Amino acid sequence: MADDTGKLGVPALGIPNRRQFFQLGAGAAAGWTLSGSAFAQAERPANPPDKPRGQVIAALSQEPTVFHPLMPGIEVDQGIWWQVFSPLWFIEPDGKFVPDLAREVPTIENGGLSADGLTWKIKLRNDVKWHDGTPFTAEDVKFSLELINNPGFRARSRVGHSLVKDITVVAPDEIHWRMEAPYSPYMSILASFTFIVPKHILEKVSDPNASPFHNAPVGTGPFRWAERVPGDHILLNAHAGYHGKGPYVERVVFKYIPDLTVLYTQFRTGQVDYTGLQGILPNFVQEAKTLKGRKIFVSSTSSVEHIAPNLEFGPFADRAVREALYLGINKQAIIDALYYGLPTQTESFVPQQAWSFQQGLPQHKYDPAKANALLDAAGWVRGSGGIREKGGVKLEFANSTTAGSAVREQCQQLLIQDWRAIGAAMRVNNMPAAVIWGDFWQQSKFNSVIVGVNFMLGSDPDVTPRFGSGAIPAKGGRGYNTYQYQNAEADRLLSQGAKQFDLVQRKATYGELQKLIRNDLAILPLFQGFIAEGIKEGLQGFRPNINMSINSWNMREWYWA
Amino acid sequence: MARYVVNRLAQAIMLLVIVSGIGFAILHLAPGGPLSQFAASAQMTQEDLDRVTSQLGLDRPLPIQYLDWFGRMVRGDWGKSYRDGEAVLAVISSHLGATLELMATATIIAVLLGCWIGILGALRRYSLFDTLATVGAMIALSIPTFWFGLVTIYVFSVKLGWLPAGNRETVGDGSFLDLMHHLIAPALVLALVETAMWGRFMRSSMLEVINQDYIRTARAKGLPEWRILTVHALRNALLPMITVAGLQFPTLLGGALVAETVFTWPGMGRLFLDSIGYRDYPVVMGILMFSAAMVLIGSLLADILYAVVDPRIRVG
Repeated sequence: MADDTGKLGVPALGIPNRRQFFQLGAGAAAGWTLSGSAFAQAERPANPPDKPRGQVIAALSQEPTVFHPLMPGIEVDQGIWWQVFSPLWFIEPDGKFVPDLAREVPTIENGGLSADGLTWKIKLRNDVKWHDGTPFTAEDVKFSLELINNPGFRARSRVGHSLVKDITVVAPDEIHWRMEAPYSPYMSILASFTFIVPKHILEKVSDPNASPFHNAPVGTGPFRWAERVPGDHILLNAHAGYHGKGPYVERVVFKYIPDLTVLYTQFRTGQVDYTGLQGILPNFVQEAKTLKGRKIFVSSTSSVEHIAPNLEFGPFADRAVREALYLGINKQAIIDALYYGLPTQTESFVPQQAWSFQQGLPQHKYDPAKANALLDAAGWVRGSGGIREKGGVKLEFANSTTAGSAVREQCQQLLIQDWRAIGAAMRVNNMPAAVIWGDFWQQSKFNSVIVGVNFMLGSDPDVTPRFGSGAIPAKGGRGYNTYQYQNAEADRLLSQGAKQFDLVQRKATYGELQKLIRNDLAILPLFQGFIAEGIKEGLQGFRPNINMSINSWNMREWYWA
Repeated sequence: MARYVVNRLAQAIMLLVIVSGIGFAILHLAPGGPLSQFAASAQMTQEDLDRVTSQLGLDRPLPIQYLDWFGRMVRGDWGKSYRDGEAVLAVISSHLGATLELMATATIIAVLLGCWIGILGALRRYSLFDTLATVGAMIALSIPTFWFGLVTIYVFSVKLGWLPAGNRETVGDGSFLDLMHHLIAPALVLALVETAMWGRFMRSSMLEVINQDYIRTARAKGLPEWRILTVHALRNALLPMITVAGLQFPTLLGGALVAETVFTWPGMGRLFLDSIGYRDYPVVMGILMFSAAMVLIGSLLADILYAVVDPRIRVG
C-alpha cells in the first residue's frame, strides 16, 4: 500500500467467502484485501489521452540485462518484462486476479478448474497479436510451458510448472492441461512471473539459451522493444496494437543510474520522471517531500526484514536464546533512528496486507529485564567479560549482511549494544553481495544474517521452499530453507495448504503456520519492507502493487495530465 | 630495432598469459558466484541454482574451465556475458566508445593545460604563479575524484543548473551540442588529476632542459627567447613525456571508473564494476585482458617511440 504522508498504515482486512474467492479467480491462493482507496494516487487513470503522448524516464539503480522472461532474472528485469510481455492473468493491488492473455481466470465455478484442482482449462483471447504482427494462440502458451520444462533450457524456476502434464491445444483460443498433483499456489505463479513467449520465433532457434530474441525481445505487452544502450538505458515504444487499455505514453526510457545518491540528484534536477528500484534512500525522503513538482510515495513491499538465525548453530538451537535475543532488540529505536520511522513492525513472514496474514500474533516487546531472566532460567550464566555461557558454549556469534549496506551496518551496531546488555556478544562479519548470498547463505555457513526476504510466491503464502524440512540445501534439500528450520507440524501444514483450494481453509492453515513459526522464532522479524518512490507531478496512473516485485508493473496506465 | 621490438612483443605476450592465469584464478577463487544475485529470489530454489550452474559449466574443475576459456580466447571467442548473453567483445565494444570519448577529452584538456602550467611554472620558477600551480597540483592530487564529482554536480547541476547531473546524452537528442554539454563535467573531473600530473612532470622536465649548457649557448648566441623555448627547450622537454603518456593509461582508466560511476557514464569502468559485482566472469576476464593489452601496448609504443627518438635506448 502507499500513501504520500510518509507513514504506513494497515488497511482493514476483509476476508472474502468461498464464492467470492473463486470469483476472484482463485481456485488457488490469491488475493490481497487492500481497499482501493488505500492508495494515494492509486486511482485508475481518469482522463488518459486518446493517443499515446510524451515519454516517461524511469530511473533504476540496477541495470536490467535479462530480457527473456523465463530465464533467471532479478526484480529490475521484471520492470521490462511487464512492459514487453503478458501473462495469462495478473494480480491487481487489491488482490484480484485479472485476465490478460486469458479470456477469463479459471475457477471451479466457471469450469476452468476441476474440483480436485487437477484439470485446468484456459480460454484465451483471440484478438492478441505479437509485436511483429503474428497472432497469439494457444500454441504459444503450450510452447512456453514446455520450454520451462525443457532440460536444455536455462529456466528460472520449475516450481509448479514441473507438475504440468498432457498439455493439449483444443483450439487456437483454448488450452487444457493436467496437474500431476494438486498445487494451489500455481495460480499465483502463473500470474506473477510466468510470461508467455512467442513460439513462432523461439522454436526456430538452435540454442534456447542464446538467440537474437534475448536482446531484442518480441512480446504481446503494451510496449515494444526499441533499443538498448548497454550500461545506460533501454527504450521501449508504445505498441499500437496492444490488446488491453493503454499505453498512453509514446515511449518509456529505463535509465540505469547505479548510485542511489546520484539517482536522487537526477530526480531532484528533473532529469528523471520516476525513481524505480531501489527508489529513494530513507535519509532523503523527508527532503524529497519538500521538492516542488514532485510526489513521494512510501509503499510496503512483501519483503520482511529480519534476522536469520542458523538454527543448527550452537546457541541458536536453544529456543530460549532466540526469545531472549528477540526481547533484547529495541526494534522501534532501529526503525525510528535508522529508517526514519518509515517501516512498520511485523511478527509474520506474511505481509500485513495479505488475505493470509494472521492477526493477533504475539507482539514484540523490548524487555531486556525479561530477556535476562529468561537466559538465567535457561542456565546461561554470565562468565568473564559479562558474556553468558552454558555447558562450555559461549553466547557469542557473528552477524553478517551485505557489506556497504550502510543502514544495515548501522543496525548491527545497535544490535551489538542491545545484546551486550543481556550478555550476548555479537561480532560483525559482512561480505559483498556476490559472496554472502552464495554458498555462505545457501549452504547455511552463517551464524546469523540480516536480510530482507519476500517469502510469498507472488501472492501465495506457500513457504514450503523456505521452511519445509525437505528444503534445506545444506542437507541436500530442494529449496532455500537456509535457517535449517525443521518442524513436523510445519511440514504437515505446508503440505495441507498447498493442496487446499478453499480460501477459508487455507487461511486457517497458513494462520496456524504463522503462529507456529512465530512461536518457534525461526526468524526474528524486524519490520515489513518498504520502498520510497518519487514521480513528477502530473504523471498519473502510478499504482504500487504489493503483489508484484516492481511498482512500475502497470506503465501501460501511466500518462501525463 | 626490429629485434628490440620483437623482444618487447614477446615479453608483452608472456605478461598477458600470466595476467590471464592470475586474473582467472583470483576471480574464480573469490567467494561467491554469478548466481548469488538470484539467491534471495522467491522463485529460484537451490535445485534451480545447481541446474543453472551445471548448464553454465561452472561446476567443472577450475583448470578445465581456464583451459577451455583460454583456448577459445586465443581463437577469438571471448565467451558470452552471463548477464545478457551478449558476446564479450560486443559488450566491451559497446562501452568502449563512451570511455574513449571521456578519456580522450580529459587527456586533451590535461595535456594542453598541464603542459602550459608546467612550462610557465618552470620559466617563472618560485613566482606566485608557480607557487599557486604547485599548491593547486597538490590539492588536485589529494582530492578524491568521487568527492570532486559530487561537488561538481551539486554546484553546477543542482545549484546553478548549468550542466546535466549525469548521463552521456539526453535520450532522443544525441546532437553534438548535447553530447558536449554532457561531456563537460565528467571530462573536467577526470582531467583534474591528469592536469596536475602533466603539470608536475612538464615542470620538472622543462627545468632540467632549460638549465642545460646548450640552452645557455643558444642564449649567448643571441637567439630570440621564443625560438630557444620552442625549438630547443620544448622539443627536448617533451621527450620524457612520451613515457609519461604511455604509462598514464592505467591511471586514466582508474579515474574513468570513478567518474563514470558518479556521472552515470556508460563506459568500461562502470561495466567493470558491475561485472565484478555480478561475478560475470567472461566479461571481467575480457575487460582485464583488454585493459592489460592496452597498458602493455601503451608502454610498448612509448618504449619504441623513445627508442626511435633516442638511439641510446636501443643500445641499452
